[in-house]
Amino acid sequence: MSAAVNIPPQFEIVDQPLDTQMTISMGPQHPSTHGVLRLELVLDGEMVVKATPDIGYLHTGMEKLFEYRKYQQGIVITDRMDYLNPLGNNLAYVMAVEKLLQLEIPERAQTIRVLFCELQRIASHLVWLGTHALDIGAMTVFFYAFREREKILNLIEAASGGRLTPSYFRIGGLMMDVPAGFERRVQQFLNDFPHAVKEFHTLVTGNRIFQKRTQGIGYISATDAIDWGLSGPSLRGSGIDVDVRRTNPYCGYETYDFEVPVEQDCDVWARYMVRMREMTESHRIVVQALARLKPGPVKADAPKVVLPDREAMKTHMDALIHHFLIVAEGFDVPAGEVYHAIEGSKGELGVYIKSIGGPKPARVHFRGPSFVNLSALPHIARGEMIADVVAIIGSLDIVLGEIDR
Amino acid sequence: MEQQNPQANAPETQTNPDAGTTPSPTATALQRQNAAWVVEVVQSLGETTIIVPREHIATVCGFLKATPGLEFNFLSDVCGFDRGPEAEPRFEVNYHLFSTTKHHRVRLKVVVDENDAHVPSVTGVWRTANWHERETYDLFGVIFDDHPDLRRILLPDDWQGHALRKDFPLRGYEPYSLE
Repeated sequence: MSAAVNIPPQFEIVDQPLDTQMTISMGPQHPSTHGVLRLELVLDGEMVVKATPDIGYLHTGMEKLFEYRKYQQGIVITDRMDYLNPLGNNLAYVMAVEKLLQLEIPERAQTIRVLFCELQRIASHLVWLGTHALDIGAMTVFFYAFREREKILNLIEAASGGRLTPSYFRIGGLMMDVPAGFERRVQQFLNDFPHAVKEFHTLVTGNRIFQKRTQGIGYISATDAIDWGLSGPSLRGSGIDVDVRRTNPYCGYETYDFEVPVEQDCDVWARYMVRMREMTESHRIVVQALARLKPGPVKADAPKVVLPDREAMKTHMDALIHHFLIVAEGFDVPAGEVYHAIEGSKGELGVYIKSIGGPKPARVHFRGPSFVNLSALPHIARGEMIADVVAIIGSLDIVLGEIDR
Repeated sequence: MEQQNPQANAPETQTNPDAGTTPSPTATALQRQNAAWVVEVVQSLGETTIIVPREHIATVCGFLKATPGLEFNFLSDVCGFDRGPEAEPRFEVNYHLFSTTKHHRVRLKVVVDENDAHVPSVTGVWRTANWHERETYDLFGVIFDDHPDLRRILLPDDWQGHALRKDFPLRGYEPYSLE
């Protein structure tokens, strides 16, 4: 009773159970909101009556910044949107610009792009797996997932120099070719990874607490999932077989042999299973891409767009001139507008670019899959228990950097 | 529920019917239904853009979603564009539609003037339009009529101006101050 004495008089002490609804604010510092998401929850007891996401805490005006930067400078901004899938963002952006310029990308560059995008997808799913399980209370898997992710980040670092912000894909190809001995390092990772997946399944999939926390939770029917614009694993967890790699293939995905995992249960568990199976499929694609790597150029033959090699600049006058013009003035992109969608790790990642000519875009817009998936949260969370909201957010796999942009 | 489990490999070998130089079947279907729905059809870079009068946009979206053979049941994206303070009409609103069964895409475009920047909301057709339209309202100041909850989404509620307009300075109107 001594503690109650110290409470200032302006606070009313309630020792009766509340019989009315209560509104609480979850986040933006709550660890399970994966960044700076605030949820305004109206609760009846422990049941969620209404969940209203409040976003924008990380808004930095990236789409505005694109309009003030040259096309090639925009690549750096894309890294910082979905920071768990930066190479996917790079790819969506550079492919949209390449579509405006109508550039042909050499075979080797395409294969390396596929290889890295699938490695990045595995890395992104590993962060999702670790944090999703951590939110639900399984701590161990976090360390195992981050151990594997570290190997992928080392590969990305070896090729691009950056771990989280690689900016490796450039307009017209790649920044540079992969280093010598790269194939061997990827092969090492590929050899280890199936065992790691088995470990994850042992740690999480068979865990009865995890099953109880996820099965039948966060239901969204197939019709609702389409209506709310869910994409990627969140949509395929509701039984819809849509994957941009299949429906609108890019980078030669139509030539790779892989399965698109689909689950019919429409709940958190189904979305979990889709992502777990996707990691195995991405592993399959990386194996095929690695086998296809043949020596060849990694930059398109477009001297007015693609930076020349260092050696050429020392010997050829025109290479030096092109280098100066690209860096100092940028390159002209013909007027037009494109919407290019790729299958990011979280769903359909679309980039809309409008050009009115000149070296800077008139408008760049990112259709972030996390943004759209989160908008369905009020629908999914309605009527669930407050503890399950954490599981639902985890199953949607959101990244606030992409939502707020 | 009829749009469940579409075949991953569609029977048509051509995955995107809007590609190429042939007139877009989507635009043809719209024109056949009501000639007033289509102002202009632009085909470039393998994409189809249909400019729609703003008063018809919600009806056109409903038609594209419900018509068998088109089945644009998935709204990928809505985004605005500002042509500049002098341009007339000033704003463009783009709707990127996708079909989860036919796997084709189309872009609808509405142009509106600054003095009368009102567009009918398509939240009645797809609920996912809710946040997209809020974002467009927040950053461009285009008002979506009949939207259930038209508030700012990325910027604070008391923000002055619309940040993605071309006459909005990159660093804001005034230097940052703690006062």
